[in-house]
Amino acid sequence: MPGINDILILLPEAYLTVAACVLLMLDAFLKPGQKGAVHWLSVLVLLVGAYLVVSGQPDSSVTAFSGMFVRDGVAEVLKVFSLLLMAVIFIYARPYLKERAIPFGEFYTLSIFATIGIMFLVAAGSLVTVYLGLELLTLSSYALVALNRDSRLSSEAAIKYFVLGALASGMLLYGMSMVYGATHTLDLHGIHAAIVGAEWHTLLLFGLVFMIVGIGFKLGAAPFHMWIPDVYQGSPTAVTIFIGSAQKLAAFGMAYRLLSTGMGDIAGGTTGLAPQWQLMVAVLAVLSLAIGNFVALVQTNLKRLLAYSTISHMGYLLVGLVNAGPEGYSASMFYAVSYALTSAAAFGMILVLSRAGFECEEIDDLKGLNQRSPWFAFMMLLVMFSLAGVPPLFGFFGKLLVLKAAMDAGYLWLAVAGAVAAIIGLYYYLRVVKVMYFDAPVEGTDVRATSDVASRWVLSLNAIALLVLGFTWSPLFAWCQRAFGV
Amino acid sequence: MSNHLLSLLIWLPIVGAIPVLLAGSGRPGLARWISLLVAVATFAASLALLPAYDAATGTMQLSESFSWIPSLGINYSLAVDGISVALIILTTFTQILVIVGAWEVIQNKPHQYMAAMLVLEGCMVGVFCATDALLFYVFFEAMLIPMFVIIGIWGGPRRVYATLKFFIYTFFGSIFMLIGLIYLYHKTGGSFALADMAKVHLTLTEQSWLFFAFLLGFAIKVPMVPVHTWLPDAHVEAPTGGSVVLAAVMLKIGGYGFLRFSLPIVPDASEHFAWLIIALSLIAVCYIGYVALVQGDMKKLVAYSSIAHMGFVTLGIFIAFMLVREANNPDAARLGMQGAMVQMISHGFISGAMFSCIGVLYDRLHSRQIKDYGGVINVMPIFAPFYVLFAMANSGLPGTSGFVGEFMVILAAFSANPWIALFAAFTLIIGAAYTLWMVKRVLWGEITNPHVKELTDVNGREIFMLSAFAAGVLVFGIWPEPLVHLMDASVARLVEQLAITKV
Repeated sequence: MPGINDILILLPEAYLTVAACVLLMLDAFLKPGQKGAVHWLSVLVLLVGAYLVVSGQPDSSVTAFSGMFVRDGVAEVLKVFSLLLMAVIFIYARPYLKERAIPFGEFYTLSIFATIGIMFLVAAGSLVTVYLGLELLTLSSYALVALNRDSRLSSEAAIKYFVLGALASGMLLYGMSMVYGATHTLDLHGIHAAIVGAEWHTLLLFGLVFMIVGIGFKLGAAPFHMWIPDVYQGSPTAVTIFIGSAQKLAAFGMAYRLLSTGMGDIAGGTTGLAPQWQLMVAVLAVLSLAIGNFVALVQTNLKRLLAYSTISHMGYLLVGLVNAGPEGYSASMFYAVSYALTSAAAFGMILVLSRAGFECEEIDDLKGLNQRSPWFAFMMLLVMFSLAGVPPLFGFFGKLLVLKAAMDAGYLWLAVAGAVAAIIGLYYYLRVVKVMYFDAPVEGTDVRATSDVASRWVLSLNAIALLVLGFTWSPLFAWCQRAFGV
Repeated sequence: MSNHLLSLLIWLPIVGAIPVLLAGSGRPGLARWISLLVAVATFAASLALLPAYDAATGTMQLSESFSWIPSLGINYSLAVDGISVALIILTTFTQILVIVGAWEVIQNKPHQYMAAMLVLEGCMVGVFCATDALLFYVFFEAMLIPMFVIIGIWGGPRRVYATLKFFIYTFFGSIFMLIGLIYLYHKTGGSFALADMAKVHLTLTEQSWLFFAFLLGFAIKVPMVPVHTWLPDAHVEAPTGGSVVLAAVMLKIGGYGFLRFSLPIVPDASEHFAWLIIALSLIAVCYIGYVALVQGDMKKLVAYSSIAHMGFVTLGIFIAFMLVREANNPDAARLGMQGAMVQMISHGFISGAMFSCIGVLYDRLHSRQIKDYGGVINVMPIFAPFYVLFAMANSGLPGTSGFVGEFMVILAAFSANPWIALFAAFTLIIGAAYTLWMVKRVLWGEITNPHVKELTDVNGREIFMLSAFAAGVLVFGIWPEPLVHLMDASVARLVEQLAITKV
């Protein structure tokens, strides 16, 4: 019987679930003129949720529902940033949704449900919770991608996402069932205990391979990246930004729970299946770096460019994960957070520059932005250099840490691959800066920032944060390290 | 105040760029005056280094340090020795002249240009006083961003190609350097401090790999043959101010990097591969001289001559190894190293001056082609003597600063191997040939192009700028003693370090 303690440990999730239901009702019964309230209430709900996560954080890791749900430092960091990012995304999305007559209330409630999915996923203590959180997240996402009913691209993206996502979920579940068969337990710690120090079954390896396929799909790592460009491009940008930022934190959390907690990691010696998954992850990393960067070189659509760049960034995240120790996990988590922040700013830029009847989606739409709107051109410059990993911007330090983590584990070749990929990546980020600063504006187009004050301010803060965090990332990194007990 | 002098020098221009940007395109005059004020204030502050720095010991001084990333042992730590002080003052001095030089010339978004220049200045000063490798790297890379923008917005017709090439080329070099630095961080047990890296024990194999990682980063910056191809493009397309900063200061960062990284951290590999660097330097000195000879574009000509002159710097630095370790002649080694340093500073003045002169001509005729000129002296009598003076300095005429450094390096090379000295001395002839031939075709002769007739002579602002450069060239040419004294003890310490083997 679950006690009151279990519920208290789940307080943020429980609160969000209730809040989402209340918002759903509100949206149903409010008059069309009053719908704006849903927006600000949703932002407030998320911020309160973030506060609840931090304030109720226990000193050490605790579990609820007999180990199904874990509340530890890792979950805390990922939850707080997911919630904050969602709040930021809501603010970016509001003018976009309003101008396109996309169902307003559904967007917010579905997004909050997806966020609850993220929270369960990153706090999973058992294979069941992993799957539960993942499905809550992805099912909400499918609906979100299809939100723009009148758009052919949006529907097409939703179908692709749904079919491939279901396939990946199936793979993951198949892998989980094999692992369960080999270890007779669903509990991640139990699986770990069954693997470490015992003769493990070949069945386990098969299970691991299938689980890695599922993780690779969720991260969008090559060769399971096929859905990313189409979904990114086809979704309403307000949804793309969610898939491109907050979901990456969830994917990292899932990878960590399954691989490290479940399959073992390198702590002082070779334990469990770590050497096996290290190599698989390294291969995925190199493939992602190569494919993501090379294909991004030829993109002309900004959303597609960012999609391919996401693939390469996930490669970097995996480079850190290869370390298979607390240093590597903390570096990877730091990378995930830094990438999510930067990516939110990049898509936020597209949202801020788009308006009814004009999607600022092609790279050429940014031509001469410095003449029209020097401030936002400068913000985009910061974002692009952060993505490219040029110091002193935030993105560089994430890259530094994952490269260091790979080298610590003796994967020098992987670090060199990461370095080479950074050079290739530099070119297409610079191209975006080039069209903004060096090209003349196209006659007849009129790229202007939105008149929505809140999203302009939040975007500016988001982009400037990339510069400021480049100097003051120490506390954030220390927080990531503490989460893994470094 | 004095204990945070270095931080002030870095952050004053960077923070000063903010009001310049805020002045906006609506008030260009205000933006110009603020940036000039900031540049002058920075220069004044850098002069305060001279009394504060004790040149007699040559140690790292005026150090500041606070923990930046405690969990990784990364510190924001700064300190300077004589070499840094000289380069910092060169930087701040050049920056004033760049801002004066761009005064009326930059009409398109002058506030952005000035702000980029100031940020660039702060980053360059940061490179010269960072004693933590990661901090060095951050400044080393960060300065690419303003330079990228400067060439890309205010450059010539092929500016986009040139600036992309410049950025990617340089980034390519430095990212492998970063891998090397992380490896060293690993070896020192978690410290990015240069002093700790210099102490760490490394095998020759490790040193060789690291040497090439550093070489890639710094050789591209210097630039050395065969990775010099970005420089002519960047110079030709850059606006005058960009060219001046690039030639006068940015190239020096490559030479400075060799001194701070390669020599102390991987001394044995540096000795082992000294022949390679010396060979590449000689190729730069001789072959690039010939390349300069056939250029029809003034900027390209001076860009190639920069590569040749920077060849002397790398030659001087690496010839010292032969002298210390093989000939056991530390005095000659010091002379070579000293020569390389003087050459760095002097080349800063001369190349900055040459590019400023070309800028003056370009602003009037909008052409950099030598063939479009001829007989300029007839219409610009005040400008001509400046041009001739800088050309003479560029060809290493005794009495100008160009002669001092080259002569010292050649003397040192002579003690090591007369053949090297012979090759190096050869460049003086080629250098004189291409520079004087350019002067002949631009200044002397009959006016063939009717547009040249309409040229107006230099105005007060330009006279001020060229006079400042001329003062630098002449003072250090006639009396290099203060400069040599400033750097002498630091160079001596470096040469001592070369003798210590790590294997």
